[in-house]
Amino acid sequence: MKDRNQGPSALSRRSLLKAGASAAGIAAIGSVAGTAPSAFAQSGFDWKRFKGEHLEVSLTLGPRGELLQKYRKEFEDLTGMTVGDEQVPEQQHRQKVAIEFTSGNTSFDVVTVAYHVQKQLYGRGKWLVDVRDYIKDPKLTSPEFDFADFAKGATDYATQKDGRLDTLPLNLDYFVIYWNKELFAAKGVSYPKSFPEIIEAAAKLNDPKAGIAGWLMRGLKNANLPPYLTFLLGYGVDSIDPDLTIHMDGPEAIEAAKIYQKLDKEYAPPGVTGFNWNECQSNFLLGKGAMWLDGIGFALPLEDPNKSKVVGKVGYGVIPPGPKAQRSPLFGDGIGISGSSKKKEAGWLYCQWATSKMMAQRQVEGAYGAPGRSSAYQAAMSSPNLKAPKEWLECMIETIKIARAGLPDIVAVTEFRDTYGVALTNMITGADPATELKKATDAFRPVLIKTEKG
Amino acid sequence: MTTWATLPGSRAGARDSGSFWLRVARVVGAGQRRPYVLFVLPAMAIIAAVIIFPWFFTLFMSVHDWKITQSRTFVGLDNYAQLFGDERFQWALLRTLYYTLLAVLAPLILGTLAALVFHRKFPLRGFLRGVFILPMMATPVAVALVWTMMFHPQLGVLNYLLSLVGIPPQLWVFDPGTVIPSLVLVETWQWTPLVMLIVLGGLASLPTEPYEAAQLDGASAWQTFWRITFPMVLPFLMVAAIIRTIDAVKAFDIIFVISQGGPGTASETLNIFLYLQAFAFYNIGYASAVVVVFFALIIALSLALLYVRQRSKWSP
Repeated sequence: MKDRNQGPSALSRRSLLKAGASAAGIAAIGSVAGTAPSAFAQSGFDWKRFKGEHLEVSLTLGPRGELLQKYRKEFEDLTGMTVGDEQVPEQQHRQKVAIEFTSGNTSFDVVTVAYHVQKQLYGRGKWLVDVRDYIKDPKLTSPEFDFADFAKGATDYATQKDGRLDTLPLNLDYFVIYWNKELFAAKGVSYPKSFPEIIEAAAKLNDPKAGIAGWLMRGLKNANLPPYLTFLLGYGVDSIDPDLTIHMDGPEAIEAAKIYQKLDKEYAPPGVTGFNWNECQSNFLLGKGAMWLDGIGFALPLEDPNKSKVVGKVGYGVIPPGPKAQRSPLFGDGIGISGSSKKKEAGWLYCQWATSKMMAQRQVEGAYGAPGRSSAYQAAMSSPNLKAPKEWLECMIETIKIARAGLPDIVAVTEFRDTYGVALTNMITGADPATELKKATDAFRPVLIKTEKG
Repeated sequence: MTTWATLPGSRAGARDSGSFWLRVARVVGAGQRRPYVLFVLPAMAIIAAVIIFPWFFTLFMSVHDWKITQSRTFVGLDNYAQLFGDERFQWALLRTLYYTLLAVLAPLILGTLAALVFHRKFPLRGFLRGVFILPMMATPVAVALVWTMMFHPQLGVLNYLLSLVGIPPQLWVFDPGTVIPSLVLVETWQWTPLVMLIVLGGLASLPTEPYEAAQLDGASAWQTFWRITFPMVLPFLMVAAIIRTIDAVKAFDIIFVISQGGPGTASETLNIFLYLQAFAFYNIGYASAVVVVFFALIIALSLALLYVRQRSKWSP
């Protein structure tokens, strides 16, 4: 079995920050509020070449969608185009978009894509426009766009197996551990430095009589794969290799499953089998959880006094090293142009704007997520507008160094999540990890072979 | 006055008119022998487009191996064979029957009891009847979202209410053993009023003579209910049972919003299974086979209930 500690998918902090440091003036921009149109218009690039056109944009409901809608007027002023943008909840968005693409005619020109679920499906269908030629075309791409500013790991994640680049990275989601500093201090526990220490800390902090769970983690099938993969990656293996070797019933997978099982079965709140991130967040916000393993994008609600009882008490922790590697599973979203759009080049202007340095910086500063652009982090570090604690940003930058694609790069990602998700849920209710993983692998293998063949 | 005889296409009209519509009627009506066909055509066209074509297309898809972005291959009855060998499908089928049984019986029993109560005269009866049928008016998805919060083991109001009477907290939809009864609780809360309305209508239409005779014979309240009311109201109950069965078999919104078929697959009914195959895994051919089997199941259940209803018909 290969050791993937230094696998090609790992993002490099150096690559992120190097480009950021060389991005002249970004750090000096500091506050970006109100400076955007002039910043975009500096190079003399003709943003208004499609003036009067109307674009339809289909967005996934969430912080990135909110950010793009918030600054939509700026794009409209910059280009003279009008934009109709719609946010649709994640699951419904995926279905709606797939059905529209299958029909051969989409109602939108630009669309967001979840790399960890839809990338292969979109790639196989060639549903999106390959933007590599657009990037090279100075008439279509502003000099300020600076494609080199995207981290290599991010563009690798966006690139299809055949080399096509049909999206631009919009957001990267890393898994981290949120921890309640007050509860840790009360029990004299320090932040864990290894997987066994996570279990040890969860056991010490777990206090069901006081309504405190030592550990919060998704137990709901399908949603529970990302936290499980956090432990699997720590054992130095991916779930499925590019040659389609499945490691999900191997010794590492079983050991990782035992950790997952112990944490959710013994130290999570009753009913965790139905918990998605939302239920975990509710408990953590109310101070009823000592640790919570999930994506990095929850700093805003946790630090919002109107929603949270743990404001100022939250620690943002990097995933501790596993027995073989220190890894954080990476998930991400991109934005691309529909192949059936009649306004592809106008749509490209929208994609440029949506993934521009300015928007990326806003994304970090406002804690809307983690963009794929290196310059954004450097700029946000010195920005007075950073809404989340600096510890959150530092945690994110540290986590980037250990990030690795969480889910396998296959077409049948949803079946993968569903099949193994059921196995993990069964483990929480007492089933044997080895048996469940074997059963799930036997069920999933034919699906994998069939879908990857086609 | 326009009569049938003077309408275009009719025999009398045909003699008096040489209009375009008449000529169409002649062609379609095979020389005026069936002039009514013209009037039926629009409805037939719509039915063909929205019911018959989708059905044939579903049957067509069900005999193909067809996944979005992949080519379509004819596989005959392989999808059906695979379906009946699929353990997950078999469990989904059993769960659907279990869910249906509970989601029909509970509202039938409670709705009948409520109808008996509301059939009696008492102050504010009309107002209380109105309040009782309110759940039926709510959107199922909204109802499901509210119940999701109520079911939360730590933060939900249901466990708080239980704690007030000394009952330990329950896991409700978060436990494989209690998820289906908990989901049925939501169905029951929402659809008991429907049964109540149907039975109430039946009770209002019953003759008074049998009750007078029973009173003269000294029948007890239970005997009156069991020997007179129940047999006479049974046809109405069967109507309610048919409506509830069709509703319960195709229940999706409440299950999907509250449990998404979980924990694990503990509440995965046929509808959820079908949804996953069609819209999450994009197995269009396989999902179509599920639709065909599902349709057969609904038809079988409805026919069985209709047969029982015919047997239970009361004639004065």
